[in-house]
Amino acid sequence: MRLGVPGSRRAIILGVAALAVAAVIAPALPSYPLTLLTQVAIMAVLAMSLDLLLGYTGLASLGHAAYFGTAAYAVGILSTERQAGFVTCLVAGVVLATITAALFGLIAIRATGQYFLMITLALGMVVWGLAFRWVSLTKGDNGIAGVPRPELPLPWSLSAPLPFFYFALVAAALAWAALGTLARSPFGLTLKGIRESETRMRALGYDVWLHKYLAFVIAGGFAGFAGVLWAWYNGFVSPVDVQLVTSVETLLMVALGGPGTLAGPALGAAAIVFLKNFVSVYTKRWLLILGAVYIGVILFAPRGILGALRSPNR
Amino acid sequence: MTPEFWVTQTFNGLSYGALLFLLASGLSLIFGVMRVVNLAHGSYFMLGGYVGLSVVWRTGSFVLALVAGALALAVVGIFMERVFLRRLPGQTLGQVLMTIGFALIFQDLALLIWGGDPYSIRPPALLSGVVTAGPGRFPVYRIFIVVVAVVIGAALWLALDRTRVGAMIRAAVDDPEMAQGVGIRVPRVSLGVFALGAALAAFGGVVGAGFLGVYPGLDIEILPYAFVVVIVGGLGSLPGAMVGSLLVGLLDNFGKALFPELSYFTLFAPMALILALKPTGLFGRT
Repeated sequence: MRLGVPGSRRAIILGVAALAVAAVIAPALPSYPLTLLTQVAIMAVLAMSLDLLLGYTGLASLGHAAYFGTAAYAVGILSTERQAGFVTCLVAGVVLATITAALFGLIAIRATGQYFLMITLALGMVVWGLAFRWVSLTKGDNGIAGVPRPELPLPWSLSAPLPFFYFALVAAALAWAALGTLARSPFGLTLKGIRESETRMRALGYDVWLHKYLAFVIAGGFAGFAGVLWAWYNGFVSPVDVQLVTSVETLLMVALGGPGTLAGPALGAAAIVFLKNFVSVYTKRWLLILGAVYIGVILFAPRGILGALRSPNR
Repeated sequence: MTPEFWVTQTFNGLSYGALLFLLASGLSLIFGVMRVVNLAHGSYFMLGGYVGLSVVWRTGSFVLALVAGALALAVVGIFMERVFLRRLPGQTLGQVLMTIGFALIFQDLALLIWGGDPYSIRPPALLSGVVTAGPGRFPVYRIFIVVVAVVIGAALWLALDRTRVGAMIRAAVDDPEMAQGVGIRVPRVSLGVFALGAALAAFGGVVGAGFLGVYPGLDIEILPYAFVVVIVGGLGSLPGAMVGSLLVGLLDNFGKALFPELSYFTLFAPMALILALKPTGLFGRT
């Protein structure tokens, strides 16, 4: 059995090449494509964090926006009401998302199969409900506007699009490297083993619950990292960031790109971000098209883009 | 907290639970027979409400609205099962993505057809008004919902437990391969159950349009309630759906009355509790 080493090497080369190309062409780009690329970098972090669960551990979470949104709200509230800076926002966002995932994981990981899916969806809706109704804290449906970008001891201000793009690109590259290292570590290989056969891994003496739980919490933490970046990028946090459609889009990014490849879901994130913005130029019917994309992916490319490209080798 | 508060809120919770039962029993049955978690189930509820609304606008008949809503969504359910879901047996992720795709399409189509304004169906004169008894005031419409849910629940139970078709459904739930082996046409049973589940949800949507209203986003807001009901009660179990609906209806109603800002949070408690005690739900197996 191949544990994906040659495939993952190709994915690494592809990913590094994509990062390099993006970094080189960025200064030449007009501001609109540049902001789209920035969105891609951030959403790629979110998609890769979900890939740790879906692709490596085999857990389909339908509430991943909960951790993304929790962190975004933490940044929004702390920076507008407490004037918190870079480190405070980053740490608070990631830690709060991780705590939320640690709490939800206790409930969700006990469940298996379709129960897991339904529970993560319901837990995600709990967070959405708080964002929507706890108006004194979250400003409800109006959202939190005017979230400032952090000041760093750098010669460039992050409020300009190009420096912020490089900032997001470096952040995405770091997250990719961290998740990739994790996926190739003995821990990551154990997760893959659990995905293939839980009972076998249990018989081999692995603590299956603990591995799944840790994967869930780590994925929540990285989703929180993406949420922090998103709050800074967008300057605005609202219930849209925690709604079901956001969780579902993330799931599609992973499924579209090819679960269990990290680079694939990042590619899926790029495809969805570009498609979404491209479609919205011509029509308001984004959800209709997204729905059709879902059905199309399942019918025609059930193993994702990378999976479809690689299919002759398997 | 006055006695009126407790009586009124308990009754409101009861009637909300009755509505949830109409929604969740179908979801649970569909899961039982096909092992499909249908994320478009909330859409059936919303679309049922919208179809009922259009029928009431055209004809003014509430009964016709109930029938038309249920029939229209039964057809939609048959289409989804026949043409799409049947291609993905046993592929959980594929089924999930497929039903999400439908949920998104339905959401956008509803927005396109009925627009973004909230509407509600005005119940017929017979069902409006309030009954006063002791410390409580009980809207007739909510009493009607409870009665309807009890009648449908009893009918479903009798049909599943006492009829030949019911026995076939139970056989298909317990062991589809074996059921197929003894000559039960499981695909046909699946199709029937899927249509019935969609029709029940849509029927609930028309009833619900009388007091929740019908508006864009209702589908996604109601879906987690259906999920929590079947998580608490156990997937594929009719008694589970009954008990789960009551529990969730009551808890949600008291939660909303006591802590309005934390409303959805009330869904969290029953799930956490039940999963700590029995991960497969009160009446669930394996």
